[in-house]
Amino acid sequence: MKIIGLIIAVLTGALLIYGTVDFPGWADPASPASTHLSPHFIEKTMEETSVPNIVTAVLADYRSYDTMFETTVIFSGGVVCFILLRIFRRKEPEDRLYRHVLTGATIRVKEGGKIPPDSDDFERIDTLWTPHDLIIKTVCRLLIPFIQLFGLYVIAHGHHSPGGGFQGGVILGASIMLLAISQDLRTAVQRMREKVDALLSPTGVFIYAGTGALCLLLGLNFMDYSALASVLYVDPVTARSHGILIVEIGVGVAVMATIIWIYNNLSSAGKYDEGL
Amino acid sequence: MIWQLDLAILTLVVIAGIGAITVKDLLGAAILFGAYSFMMCLLWSIMGAVDVSFTEASVGAGASTVFFVAAVFRTTRRTKD
Repeated sequence: MKIIGLIIAVLTGALLIYGTVDFPGWADPASPASTHLSPHFIEKTMEETSVPNIVTAVLADYRSYDTMFETTVIFSGGVVCFILLRIFRRKEPEDRLYRHVLTGATIRVKEGGKIPPDSDDFERIDTLWTPHDLIIKTVCRLLIPFIQLFGLYVIAHGHHSPGGGFQGGVILGASIMLLAISQDLRTAVQRMREKVDALLSPTGVFIYAGTGALCLLLGLNFMDYSALASVLYVDPVTARSHGILIVEIGVGVAVMATIIWIYNNLSSAGKYDEGL
Repeated sequence: MIWQLDLAILTLVVIAGIGAITVKDLLGAAILFGAYSFMMCLLWSIMGAVDVSFTEASVGAGASTVFFVAAVFRTTRRTKD
């Protein structure tokens, strides 16, 4: 069986390498992409959309169907992780452990026992609980605001520099993942509830598709942001630039929520307990 | 494009890729995938595709490595084959 697999893999690889012979040479000025598309994007992007970063304009304006369904794929990935992994326990375990944060004492609450009052002094822990490292906790607490600020900058500055909604969303999601790793999943889930994740990820997709549909309602093609000129009170070229920003925000929101959602389900095997 | 740097990074990409599929320890494979992604990110930026390189750094080397580690932590660290 192993030999057959090897033969198939080698044959497929050889066929793929044989297929690359037909490719145009690297940076060949006579290739079809360089004769029609690239010159148009390089010469016309600035006057058509007033976006200096051509990659952003191509991703979110000229090829916006592609990006819209990419966002949908990410949302579907999050939903699939949720459906496959999430476990809803109807019954709470009999004994629950609570830790008094100030003294470090752990108390065990038997079934039917009185739960500590809902204050910040007690935190729920599992039997596998290990103490947080003070250095890691403090450094991450200092770092996370700056990471989030950088994520917002990447989304907002995508017109002028590398980056955009996708990268900024991943950075924003990674800051919450860092919180979950440096402390525990319960702390992170308290900051970003499961319902918020589940609501924000379709909201991002909705912002994207809704912007496109709004252009359709205003009388132009789907995703032709120059239709937004009458709503935003700007000229059509600036409207395309603003449309790209709105769409990037949608992508960022969807990606951030989905990344956190997948991490929560994956690291706790769907139980939403202590996490990694 | 400096060809010595290019060659060194390409060699590391191949080594990390082969290592990731041969190593028995799945946690090691996850980390090797992270290294592979990071080297690919360097390659993209050498070729001038800064946006792709940024995505590769944040998604490939950052988020997906954490997902791999989380999955290994919740399942088993040893491969069966």
